[in-house]
Amino acid sequence: MSYIKKPAVRHPSLQANALGLTVRDYEGAMSTLCAGCGHDSVTAAIVRAFHELDTPPHLIAKLSGIGCSSKTPTYFVSGAHGFNSAHGRMPAIVSGAAAANRELTYIGVSGDGDSLSIGLGQMAHAIRRNVNMLYVIENNGVYGLTKGQFSASADVGSKSKKGEANTQSPIDPIMLALSIGATFVARSFSGDKAALVPILKAGIRHKGLALVDVLSPCVTFNDHEGSTKSYTHTRKHQLPVIEADFVPRRSPIETSQAPGTVQTVTMHDGSVVRLHKVAADYDPTDREKAWSFLHARAAAGDIPVGLLYIDEKGTEMHAGNKTVAQPLSQVPFEQLCPGSAALEALQQHYR
Amino acid sequence: MKTRINEFAFKLANANGTGSASANSLIMQAIFRMGIPVAGKNLFPSNIQGLPTWYEIRVNKQGHTARTATFDLMVAMNAETYARDIKEVPPGGWVLYDSSWPLTLSMLRDDVTFLGVPFAKMCAEAFTQARERTLMKNIMYAGTLAALLDMDMQIIDVMLKEKFGKKPALMESNKKAIVLGYDYAKKHFECPLPIRLEKMNATADSILIDGNTATALGCLYAGVTVAAWYPITPSTGVLDAFTAFCAKYRTDKKTGERSYCILQAEDELAAVGMIIGAAWNGARAFTSTSGPGISLMNELIGLAYYAEIPIVIVDVQRVGPSTGMPTRTQQGDLMTCAYASHGDTKHVILLPANPAECFYFAQNAFDIAERLQTPVFILTDLDIGMNDWVVPRLKWDDSFKPNRGRVLTAAELEALPKYYRYSPEDELGVAARTLPGVHAKGAFFTRGSGHNKLGCYTEIPDEYQEVMDRLTRKHAAAKTIVPPAIIERHEAATFGVVTIGGCDLAVREAMEQLRHLGLFGDFMRVRAFPFGEDVEEFLQSHSTIFVVEQNRDAQLKSLLTLETRVSKEKLRSVIAYGGFPLQAKQVVDIVVPHLRQDVAQEAGQ
Repeated sequence: MSYIKKPAVRHPSLQANALGLTVRDYEGAMSTLCAGCGHDSVTAAIVRAFHELDTPPHLIAKLSGIGCSSKTPTYFVSGAHGFNSAHGRMPAIVSGAAAANRELTYIGVSGDGDSLSIGLGQMAHAIRRNVNMLYVIENNGVYGLTKGQFSASADVGSKSKKGEANTQSPIDPIMLALSIGATFVARSFSGDKAALVPILKAGIRHKGLALVDVLSPCVTFNDHEGSTKSYTHTRKHQLPVIEADFVPRRSPIETSQAPGTVQTVTMHDGSVVRLHKVAADYDPTDREKAWSFLHARAAAGDIPVGLLYIDEKGTEMHAGNKTVAQPLSQVPFEQLCPGSAALEALQQHYR
Repeated sequence: MKTRINEFAFKLANANGTGSASANSLIMQAIFRMGIPVAGKNLFPSNIQGLPTWYEIRVNKQGHTARTATFDLMVAMNAETYARDIKEVPPGGWVLYDSSWPLTLSMLRDDVTFLGVPFAKMCAEAFTQARERTLMKNIMYAGTLAALLDMDMQIIDVMLKEKFGKKPALMESNKKAIVLGYDYAKKHFECPLPIRLEKMNATADSILIDGNTATALGCLYAGVTVAAWYPITPSTGVLDAFTAFCAKYRTDKKTGERSYCILQAEDELAAVGMIIGAAWNGARAFTSTSGPGISLMNELIGLAYYAEIPIVIVDVQRVGPSTGMPTRTQQGDLMTCAYASHGDTKHVILLPANPAECFYFAQNAFDIAERLQTPVFILTDLDIGMNDWVVPRLKWDDSFKPNRGRVLTAAELEALPKYYRYSPEDELGVAARTLPGVHAKGAFFTRGSGHNKLGCYTEIPDEYQEVMDRLTRKHAAAKTIVPPAIIERHEAATFGVVTIGGCDLAVREAMEQLRHLGLFGDFMRVRAFPFGEDVEEFLQSHSTIFVVEQNRDAQLKSLLTLETRVSKEKLRSVIAYGGFPLQAKQVVDIVVPHLRQDVAQEAGQ
């Protein structure tokens, strides 16, 4: 943890976004995580993403469960409404919050314990429901706050700090999400902010649930030799499959890339995601092919990273419900209450 | 036998899934439309098809419509339960049965009258399809009962038209079956029986409705926009009805757009999480469940309590622990709801006694929850929730404006130098909340972890206790805004009776029976927790108090002991917890010996 709070001096080089806010305006309280924690890099990427998207801070709702990862909403966008809920229950709380007000931007931050063990069911069902949210898993294969137990994402053979090897097969949130209809699936590495920021931006703009699994090493309990979630291991085995550029609406789209290697996907609000194919023949809009490719690469010990799957035609929760455009929390009572005449008429059916 | 008009009961024994439910409710509804006080109790198994099921109908001109203990007439339509059904009929009673096959000789009794009608045979002759032959047997016995009990055939005719007006083929078959059953009885038996019906004018300003439907209607009228749930007997009807009402009243006719969102969750943990999220974000939101769901929700109920988020949880109680008896009724969740979740928690509970109160309490629950910024439970039970009750027509005041409690507007936030979530507090112990997205100044961090009165994380003892003490004050303040107890005093009263929820009718009937025995008591039905001063005062003013409830461990009695100043020695338990609705007889049988013993002791001294 850092003990010295950064001075609130505005550096002249800090660029203001369309709202006149600098990146400092999207920061939060000082992190209390361990120095070098991957989560702090993810926090920094989230700050950048919201700043670059010109999102008004108070229109962001940031929610989390319990764990090291779930502490991080305190460390970004202090002007946003936050909700640090209960272990594994963030997906349900976001679902209800999004049901009540479809206009806010929702970000849920979770970890591998929060999402793949205690909250696996909730995560899976939020994906099925396709809640309009950015769902970030800060994945380090270990329980930090309770000091070093394996999590459900620990690979078979990966060693704990005490030297014991994990024997249970891991749950891979990417493969799970693809198999249950997720419409936006990405994996990134906390050590690669350049790749992570555009993925987060695209995820925020995605209409539906955008799952971003970020490998975020735990420097205290899972960064040793023999761990498959360490900085060294992740750097060595990550396999960039597809790199994403996020081009906001109205920005000119450069077309310097050689044809055939760039694929563009237009999002609901007119923004564009440009996907640079690193692996030949990879198609991030073909669920079956993506699944087969990723399955094969994971079996070979690679860690495929990038915006791995995107489907902008999926049915988001409110679209499925045919909800009115106005946030439900703002519909006037007069429109909600049928009144005495209707009650009188209705009761004829109970005679 | 002496003629008894509008004062008898009969029981229909059927097999589950044969379509008897619609015939039984038709009979009940026809009696209701004849203007006679009536009650139907559906005693059904946890099963889709095949297991035995009973429907009890009690007709009582004085308005006693609690479950009764004796049935003058048994409609025995299930051969599997013939033996016990016939045994249950009191001497002088009647058994109506399907005489297509002869009864086993050993079942015959000479102190009851057997009325055999060859329902199956008649159906086989009149109808060709197998399914029709099964279904029409039910409507045929309804016709026979119409003749035996002197039901108004014109009313039945109108009801059939309402039900099948748009399906002429079905209308034809039902009509045919009714007439066949009716004519057979007229031809073979002396109709009507000495127990019979006669038109009254006691239900003109009433409706026949189940508590689950009424609860849903209350939520609709309260302005609920988000509901989340997981299917569970006996509460499923609440969300079924709410969904139907929303489709009718909250869907734009032209665009099909909905001003509601109903989420069927993956489990009760998620269901309560969803309404917490929705309420945090400014929607009125509720979930509906039963005991097992409450067990699962416990963790997040604590979150809503501590983070002060106004949610409404409807618990339609069934028999537990564990799976228990899911299709039977009980009042066994009182304690678990009063203190739901780990750590120091205490909740507001509303306790309706019938579907009318379900409607009004459901509507009121959201005002209370939002004023106090806390979870509010509505505790009903399977008997109230799933059975049809005759209740006064529901009224709505169009000038009603929901009380959303202390929620700061954008303008109010703009004018504030700085906003803190948990202070300053008002006279109820409540601090103003803000809704996400309304104003930049309103942003704060909601957390289930330790926080101080400013809403900041804390692990400092004094700061933690300061907030918890305010929550205690808030809970105490709830006494002043929850529905008061119903208290009825008798000038010659020597004892008090306290009861709760669906026991209401049986206890009132019991007290009338006690009065006939010269035993006079005061009556109190508590309608909410925490208990108000009215409850304290009633308890103080009696030296002997019977507490009538439907659970093994006398949970209401325990709660009164814990949460009022009453001395434990005054309270005597009257409990029934087998799973069927309470009968007056069960109360009288326990209370009378107690009181007689008291009298004997006094005389001895």
